[in-house]
Amino acid sequence: MSALAHAGGGGHAAPVGPPVERRGTWIPYLLLLPGALWLLLFFVVPLVQLFTVSLQSQYPGYPGYYYRDLNVGNYWSALTEFAPHFGRSLLFAGLATFFAFCLAYPLAYAMAFKAGKWRGLMMICVIAPFFTSFILRTIAWRQILSDEGPVASVLNTLHLLPGGHITETWMAVVAGLTYNFLPFMVLPIYASLERADPRVIEAGGDLYANGFTTFRTVTLPMSMPGVLAGTLLTFIPATGDYVNAELLGSDRSTKMVGNVIESQFFKVPGGYPTAAALSFTLMALILALVFVYVRKFGTEELL
Amino acid sequence: MAGFREAQGDLRLENVTKAFSEFVAVDDLSLRVPRGSFFALLGPSGCGKTTTLRMVAGLEQPTSGRILIGDTDLTGSRSYERPVNTVFQSYALFPHLTIRDNVAFGPKRRGLKDAARLADEALELVQLPHLAARKPTQLSGGQQQRVAVARALVNRPEVLLLDEPLGALDLKLRRQMQVELKRIQTEVGLTFIHVTHDQEEAMTMADTVAVMNHGKIEQMGPPAQMYDLPLTAFVANFVGQSNLGEGQVVDTDGDFLVVDVSGSRVKILRRRSQVESGRLVFGVRPEKVRIHRNRPTGIGNDMQATVVDVSFSGVATQYLVTVASGATWSVYEQNLDVEPIDLQPGDRVWMSWDPSHAFAVPDAGAPITDGAVLSDVAPASVAPPIAPAPVDRP
Repeated sequence: MSALAHAGGGGHAAPVGPPVERRGTWIPYLLLLPGALWLLLFFVVPLVQLFTVSLQSQYPGYPGYYYRDLNVGNYWSALTEFAPHFGRSLLFAGLATFFAFCLAYPLAYAMAFKAGKWRGLMMICVIAPFFTSFILRTIAWRQILSDEGPVASVLNTLHLLPGGHITETWMAVVAGLTYNFLPFMVLPIYASLERADPRVIEAGGDLYANGFTTFRTVTLPMSMPGVLAGTLLTFIPATGDYVNAELLGSDRSTKMVGNVIESQFFKVPGGYPTAAALSFTLMALILALVFVYVRKFGTEELL
Repeated sequence: MAGFREAQGDLRLENVTKAFSEFVAVDDLSLRVPRGSFFALLGPSGCGKTTTLRMVAGLEQPTSGRILIGDTDLTGSRSYERPVNTVFQSYALFPHLTIRDNVAFGPKRRGLKDAARLADEALELVQLPHLAARKPTQLSGGQQQRVAVARALVNRPEVLLLDEPLGALDLKLRRQMQVELKRIQTEVGLTFIHVTHDQEEAMTMADTVAVMNHGKIEQMGPPAQMYDLPLTAFVANFVGQSNLGEGQVVDTDGDFLVVDVSGSRVKILRRRSQVESGRLVFGVRPEKVRIHRNRPTGIGNDMQATVVDVSFSGVATQYLVTVASGATWSVYEQNLDVEPIDLQPGDRVWMSWDPSHAFAVPDAGAPITDGAVLSDVAPASVAPPIAPAPVDRP
């Protein structure tokens, strides 16, 4: 009986067959694994670590020794003490983004529509600076902008430079930021202009819009995804940058948040929690600004 | 609006030439398009038809010559100054604007207060008012095409240019849009200039067709007239199918020329021949030829041939036959008889046709493609209906 039942059971199961194994479904996860592990190990873990540091308190009388705590006061003191630096970071990054846009748009436009056979060469010129170190190029700018250098001496001769110096002023820092992040502005704008169908721009002229109106109502709106990407790629790293302020600015009036974070971490004894709190505040600030910006100017492609 | 030129009347091109460095795209072209007519520029890729259109639009300037509407000389003016609008081959809709804003673009630029209302009316005309709030990418190809037509029509231009606007549509949609465009043209009464490489499209839609080749107009006239009596071998090939053969005028017989076509004597009405003596290219349309088992009497022209292929398609049967010269002819017989003649490949047959149906064009020296030139097959294989047609610029 039991043998019969067993046989019957087996006979019943046979037509259904074993479940078909869906092969390959794990492959995407396997491909994701190295990247995910890397991010977990070198981004998420340090981020959590940094966050805990930002809430630590110091052992009174033992500078450089901390204990785990939920000291929100770190944020308050960091914000009140270094508010001018935050302001300067946003201002300098904003100015650099603006100037980079003003320089990059005509350049990208020329590359996309007017360059013809020179397009490749122009592209190389935009990318070529990447072959040299960021630091070296910034130091070179110190030479260019120095008091004896060509720019400052010409401006001084013309009496167009009130303070007599460019280096150690905000101008040098903004110039350095503009220069260093220019390619990040040029390339996305170029890509979006280059993608635009020339017939669509011709259609603007065909529909009674003169050159400028066509640019304003057709070409510029069509390149907005590139402009948005370019401004983000310039503004975000420029806000956190400290190299330009360090090498081209002065100790007093041009320090940015990046410089404060750097010195709190490496120079000020017991500055770890402050530096961590500053880092987190900066991150939150940029995220909030970018969110508002993308909501306002973003297209469907980015959201 | 500054610079805009009001102009009314016929479109005239006077000795217009356009050269791109070495290449002459349009060669001393003169042309008059009567106001309110539907005019088709027909030709193969690279014949200069799109360049001609772009010069009328103001997107290219002629190297020499003049372009006028009525008595207003538009040569040298920019595209935004002309009362001319274009429906682009790729539609060229503004991707960042809604359909309504796309259509309202022209009226807005001209400072019209009721641009939005005009746009809605134009969308009504192309039967798409329900899509006004969408973006171009959310529309199908056929819908985008209609929006492009509405965007141009809303301006009530003196001349509307259509640059292969149906090239990217599938065959069924294309037929539908042909009827639609013809309806709209009749309704608004504007001058339409339609550029196409599809001879059937040109013939079904246009009042007047101009066949272009190598930057020149080969022949211009009403479609039926052009089909009936091509003036050049190129037109005979490009507009419909023709059976062509090289011949020699040997005699005259009253109103007829007697021509020797590879050993057979055929007659051609004198007024249907562009040549009076010497060498010529003789032609007859496939559907004008009758096919018989035995030599017919009293019809006029006949020629012996061997059947190569028979393809039955219900309404008609198409025969491919080889004639004495070795050329292949095409014969198109309507299946009117209850008892078909039932031919097989290899059968010897007689072909006959009325001498008043034949035509003769000058022998341009160019080699005649061997046998029946299946001209409406050839362009289709170059550019299948679904693929976008090649832009004929160098």
